Amino acid sequence: MVLKVFFPSCCSSADSGILIGRWISEQNSAVILAVVHFPFIPVQVKQYLGEVQHVTKVSVSVLGSWSNSKQEKEESLSKFLEDLGTIFCHEPWIQISKEGDSKFWSCSTLQKHSKSPQEEEIILVYYDQRKVMLSHLHPPLDTAGQRAEDASKLSAIFDTVARSQVLFMTDRYDEGPIKLTHWQSEGVEASIIVELLKQASVPACMLLTFLLSLLSGICRSRVLKFWPLSFLWSKLSTCEQLGHRLQHLQVISSNKKAQNQNQLMRKANIFVSLLIDVALGILLMSWLYRKNRIGHLADTLIPVADHVAEELQDLLQWLMGAPAGLKMNRALDQVLGRFFLYHIHLWISYIHLLSPFIEMILWYVGLSACLGLTVALCILSDILALLTFHIYCFYVYGARLYCLKIYGLSSLWRLFRGKKWNVLRQRVDSCSYDLDQLFIGTLLFTILLFLLPTTALYYLVFTLLRLLVVIVQGLIHLLVDLIDSLPLYSLILRLCRSYRLAAGVKFRVLEQQDGKPLRLLMQINPLSYGGVVQTYRLPTYSCYPRDSWASLCKKLFLGELIYPWKHKGDKQN
Amino acid sequence: MAEERRFRSASGVPITLRRRQHSASCRELAVRGPRLQLRSLSAATSAVWLAAYGLFALSENSMVLSAAIFITLIGLIIYLHFVKIDQESLLVIGSLGIQVTSSYASGKESTIFIEMGQVKDVVINEAIHMQKVIYYLCILLQDPEDPQGVSEVVPLFQSSKPRLDCLIEVYKSCQEILEQRKTVPQSN
Repeated sequence: MVLKVFFPSCCSSADSGILIGRWISEQNSAVILAVVHFPFIPVQVKQYLGEVQHVTKVSVSVLGSWSNSKQEKEESLSKFLEDLGTIFCHEPWIQISKEGDSKFWSCSTLQKHSKSPQEEEIILVYYDQRKVMLSHLHPPLDTAGQRAEDASKLSAIFDTVARSQVLFMTDRYDEGPIKLTHWQSEGVEASIIVELLKQASVPACMLLTFLLSLLSGICRSRVLKFWPLSFLWSKLSTCEQLGHRLQHLQVISSNKKAQNQNQLMRKANIFVSLLIDVALGILLMSWLYRKNRIGHLADTLIPVADHVAEELQDLLQWLMGAPAGLKMNRALDQVLGRFFLYHIHLWISYIHLLSPFIEMILWYVGLSACLGLTVALCILSDILALLTFHIYCFYVYGARLYCLKIYGLSSLWRLFRGKKWNVLRQRVDSCSYDLDQLFIGTLLFTILLFLLPTTALYYLVFTLLRLLVVIVQGLIHLLVDLIDSLPLYSLILRLCRSYRLAAGVKFRVLEQQDGKPLRLLMQINPLSYGGVVQTYRLPTYSCYPRDSWASLCKKLFLGELIYPWKHKGDKQN
Repeated sequence: MAEERRFRSASGVPITLRRRQHSASCRELAVRGPRLQLRSLSAATSAVWLAAYGLFALSENSMVLSAAIFITLIGLIIYLHFVKIDQESLLVIGSLGIQVTSSYASGKESTIFIEMGQVKDVVINEAIHMQKVIYYLCILLQDPEDPQGVSEVVPLFQSSKPRLDCLIEVYKSCQEILEQRKTVPQSN
């Protein structure tokens, strides 16, 4: 069978010694982790390996010998290395030797209890130890049902290197009985900034936890739970967004260390997302307050509300006349039109009452944009909802009237045909009516039928306006969702340190020479950007359309009130 | 050792198959399609710019011209980086796995490596594509639960679409290596 030897490329220029690593017998492959240099005492090496095995739970053992001779090959050295095979009995004993600066090494195995005496082929796979150690292999998403034994062979290799971190702590320059060469031999790497941040993060987290507990205590207090305040909080999307961000802060300020890669990435993503959000919010705030733009905004708010009200009034006058050439029932038309006109008049009066305070309110509300761009967008959406409240009211009036009319019509239509709705059996049954019942029923049916176009037209116009407002609000919320759920840290990691997020590996065939083992280079194949977003998306309180298109159309036709966006906390109706 | 042979793709375009044997259990098969022709590139560019110049003559807006240049550049970059595949290669390493690489005209390479334990077989399949019946080579992946079942089919050489004669050569090379894993007793 083919023997695969995974050799770290950092040990290519190491001095002669013995190879230590892990032997995976199921795959007939040897993962070499380090080279132990001469001189060493075999007993101490075995003891050290036993300690390492105990800590890392990786079965590290001596796999073979490595000879890097800068001069001619010495016969005595090769005999000595073979004898080592008897001291550290490992089956098979791998011998790799490099002459001078040659790229082509000779690799052979010694089998004492070999059943098949023929030469087995050896494949030498070079791998970058540091990158494999730091990388995290992402299995494809549809292998959730895989058993542990079927786990990918490559993940065994990645696992071995990643878990052997303690082996990489001692180096050949350290004082000690064992002198190792591995990736740290090229220069121990550490970042002072990262260490300082780690030290500083502990008290910062404790402070943040304390503040957050205070804040959540206030939020949970009974005072804020009274109706109508609780109703108001549930309707305003700003409060939901603030609650969401509070939850995020609680996650990142918790003292528990992240158990696995997913939790660590999630914490990092939330942290970076919050940072960028607040930075963008402060940028927006500075832009708004710089040339008193917010004052200008407040000044234009009242004229815009006035303009919208005027447009609505024009629309109602048009409806009260002969809209699109249709002939309306004059009396009903006038009644409905005057009612809505009076409503608009009331609304305008309230707005004008508020107008001296608008600038101050807006100024203070604009300050909360420093909490994040998402909060600013939610405030915008809420202001839009408040300003178009009269459109919402009109929609409700029109819809209720229309709904009543439709139900009345359907019930009287059944009466017209001599049938009745059986509430007990939830079906249509035949029924014999008296003459006067039939007479009044038919009369009412005719009245309702001929008044239908007028009501339907008002309903149509106000539903369209309401849908327009809902679409604009929906777009704003989509943007907020995008900012909330985008895993920015993972994307930046994929851009800068792409070996950390691995989808798999790729092999490159290096120069070959006849008679020497096959040389391959194993590189890390990074995860695609789409894969990164899909794996590390942050969960949100997402609003997605509650109804399918068919049920939406049915509701519109029947005049039922539609609330198109569903939030995760809503109960199913 | 390397050898090259010329074949034709399903649409009649000339392609070359290059076979390299790196060792007894490692083979590389690369199918190279035709390179981007200067003729077609200049034809496309001139067409876009003529249309833009016509619009400019009608509307007297110089933005049309700069927009046309911008569109041409962006379109060319997108085409070279995401659409035009120069070479598709298959690297079969016995006892490690099969690696499928597509190299784009801009130099980008997209690689998939499938481990040998997941590979059930490499077969030639027929498919009905529009009005033609074409042959394509594909890798059958093993279903972990069902030893007889196939969990996924990975089609190969999708953009160069070689004809049956080329596919048979590739198939034979792959099978020689895949057979080795059946003759050697598996130790698990």
